[in-house]
Amino acid sequence: MSTPTYLGMPALPPRSPYGTGNLRGDRTFPRAAHDELRNGQLRRNLGKATHTIRAKRLAVTGELPDWEALRDAGSAIKTDTMNRLPELLEQLEAKVTEAGGTVHWARDGAEANDIVTRLVQQTGSDEVIKVKSMATQEIGLNEHLADQGIKAHETDLAELIVQLADDKPSHILVPAIHRNRDEIREIFRAGIPGVDPELDSVPAHLAAAARAYLREKFLTTPVAVSGANFGIAETGTLSVVESEGNGRMCLTLPDTLITVMGIEKVLPRYADLEVFLQLLPRSSTGERMNPYTSLWTGVTPGDGPQNFHLVLLDNGRTAALADRIGRQALNCIRCSACLNVCPVYERAGGHAYGSTYPGPIGAVVTPQLAGMDVSADDPNSSLPYASTLCGACYDACPVKIDIPSLLVELRHQHTEATGRTAEKLAMKAAAAVMGRPGVYRAAQKAAGLGRVVAGRDGKISHLPPPFNGWSDSRDTPAPPKRSFRAWLASAEGASALRAAAEEGARTRTEADGPDEEEQ
Amino acid sequence: MRIGLFATCLGDTLFPDAVRATAVLLARLGHELVFPPDQTCCGQMHVNTGYQREPVPLVRGFAEQFGDPSIEAVVMPSGSCAGSVRHQHGIVAERYGDAALRAGVATVQAKTYELSEFLVDVLGVTDIGAYFPHRVTYHPTCHSLRLLRVGEKPLRLLRAVEDIDLVELPEADACCGFGGTFAVKNAETSSAMLADKMRHVTGTGAAVCTAGDSSCLMHIGGGLSRIEAGTRTLHLAQILASTRTSPYVLPSTPLEATR
Ligand code: SF4
Repeated sequence: MSTPTYLGMPALPPRSPYGTGNLRGDRTFPRAAHDELRNGQLRRNLGKATHTIRAKRLAVTGELPDWEALRDAGSAIKTDTMNRLPELLEQLEAKVTEAGGTVHWARDGAEANDIVTRLVQQTGSDEVIKVKSMATQEIGLNEHLADQGIKAHETDLAELIVQLADDKPSHILVPAIHRNRDEIREIFRAGIPGVDPELDSVPAHLAAAARAYLREKFLTTPVAVSGANFGIAETGTLSVVESEGNGRMCLTLPDTLITVMGIEKVLPRYADLEVFLQLLPRSSTGERMNPYTSLWTGVTPGDGPQNFHLVLLDNGRTAALADRIGRQALNCIRCSACLNVCPVYERAGGHAYGSTYPGPIGAVVTPQLAGMDVSADDPNSSLPYASTLCGACYDACPVKIDIPSLLVELRHQHTEATGRTAEKLAMKAAAAVMGRPGVYRAAQKAAGLGRVVAGRDGKISHLPPPFNGWSDSRDTPAPPKRSFRAWLASAEGASALRAAAEEGARTRTEADGPDEEEQ
Repeated sequence: MRIGLFATCLGDTLFPDAVRATAVLLARLGHELVFPPDQTCCGQMHVNTGYQREPVPLVRGFAEQFGDPSIEAVVMPSGSCAGSVRHQHGIVAERYGDAALRAGVATVQAKTYELSEFLVDVLGVTDIGAYFPHRVTYHPTCHSLRLLRVGEKPLRLLRAVEDIDLVELPEADACCGFGGTFAVKNAETSSAMLADKMRHVTGTGAAVCTAGDSSCLMHIGGGLSRIEAGTRTLHLAQILASTRTSPYVLPSTPLEATR
């Protein structure tokens, strides 16, 4: 007989370590929203921008007869990918290596930052140009590079605005959505060396000012850092999708290219791009096709960067993958459609989420990557509650991520992880009442006592905490004298129902004749 | 048909007129009503707030009270409660229930309907002989719209009401900001959403804003009452139950109309 070997309990994969990167704000969502809601300019900018993009998206998704089938295909491909992520990543590594690239694995943001820093240092450069990338923002790469004496220049126009203003992005796709033209002109006048002091706020002039500034960076910086929208396991091909062409400059001009890609961005086959290159631009910018789609495979002698490094980033993704329900969130292609349709995002803005990933998907993915610390005021614990569960995000999502259900799931995980709270006790008490019909009926009678606290007009205008936020802008009707069941049991109820039945029978007989009465 | 009526805890306790109207309406259409007296609450508030163990007895209670095979359909005047039964009871039963509960839930789920979908899909009626000579605007409520996909059904019912002046609500599909405990935990964001909804509602000049869910109406109506708007909220069932012989009389203050 063989002795059983104790293998130990499988440990839960690590989340993104607390206190690193940009996956946790410094205050809870309601507190942050409290301030953001007072910013009238932000509300107007956001309202205008989200409404415009919603209309564009609906127009270009509505015109495709197979849009729903595309969404299903996108969802199926992503689900299949997540189900065999390890094997696909190894295939990707093999193919990239075969094509002359070097693959690095980073457990978390700190490891990825160290790898990128070392690679930049090896080139001897103290500057990098950057393609707009969520992954590098998530890990705080720019800040880390700055600490090591390396200056990172953002080249995406909106990212440049955010960087020059020493601000934080507030939208996945339009990081400066919270800024309008006049604000941008001021940022450029203060931040771009040698800019025309007479610069006005005509969009074309603003773009020209940024172009002149960036052109010089493209031509003189030997290292670029990018993210990736897709990584194809079958061929080792990486892809970046963008609108301005600045990404294309970064991906082709420098000698060294370092790409940081979240491990969930892998796709099995080259042909899968057929689905995603339709889903992504239509969902994100409302365009039929984005202006620039760059695809590269390793290194091509004499053409483009001669050194290519791919950094595969986990940073909590394996932890999300281990969650049978929550793993759906990894299917996200960062199109931002869910942000643009979200009524909560529209009011509170992206900064209120405190994370690189705002909006509905941010409320789901941020706690999954970085965890919800059980301490009551971890900002991430407030994110799953920052939704009315209205479902607009689910309808808009090109890969059909059921965000409302994921939010409910994360709320459950949160309440399971916390100890006894006042809310939990109240919920238990409510369930205990509702679970016993006799007690429920007694409580219902007691609710009638609510009439006592109501004013003479039958309104309750002030409620104690935690309900004071509700009563600040809403009246609550006093409970009625009689519940429905009391009415039903009364002689009045019985006769009302009898009368209704008789009246109905009479009208049916008049209208249809007696034969059809049963219909 | 033999119909099980689920009053919902909110309807039974705070908004009984909407449930009364539902009962009267179904009786008028010639159906037999069953009201299992031990019914209480669907547990939606618990699940939506993150509690799934606590509502197990509620989910079991619902399955038991309406499981009786002689009840052909379970009808409720609430899109979100119907949504909870159809989408959340299974999740709770799967996680914390036993095989019997899972089977019971599957049985009742299959015959559970929100009022407007029951009328249009199951009974196949749109004109139910209602009379309501007022200007009305309809707010579709998120769970009716996107969870149950009731689509145009409530509007088809309203369009068939005699003498109604039905006006379209701008940005109707936008959430009113209620979201259950959202309105408490994120009261300020909720209020900002409510303000926009109220602006659209009052802009229609309607005397009545209707919907298929007393909870959203409590929210919108509570806000309209606070700003002393001229528009009242009224459950869809109450408009449909109003007839020439017994017409609904609009009360003078908005909050009275909510129940
Ligand atoms: S969750 Fe869906 S809609 Fe939101 S950004 Fe991701 S892919 Fe787009």
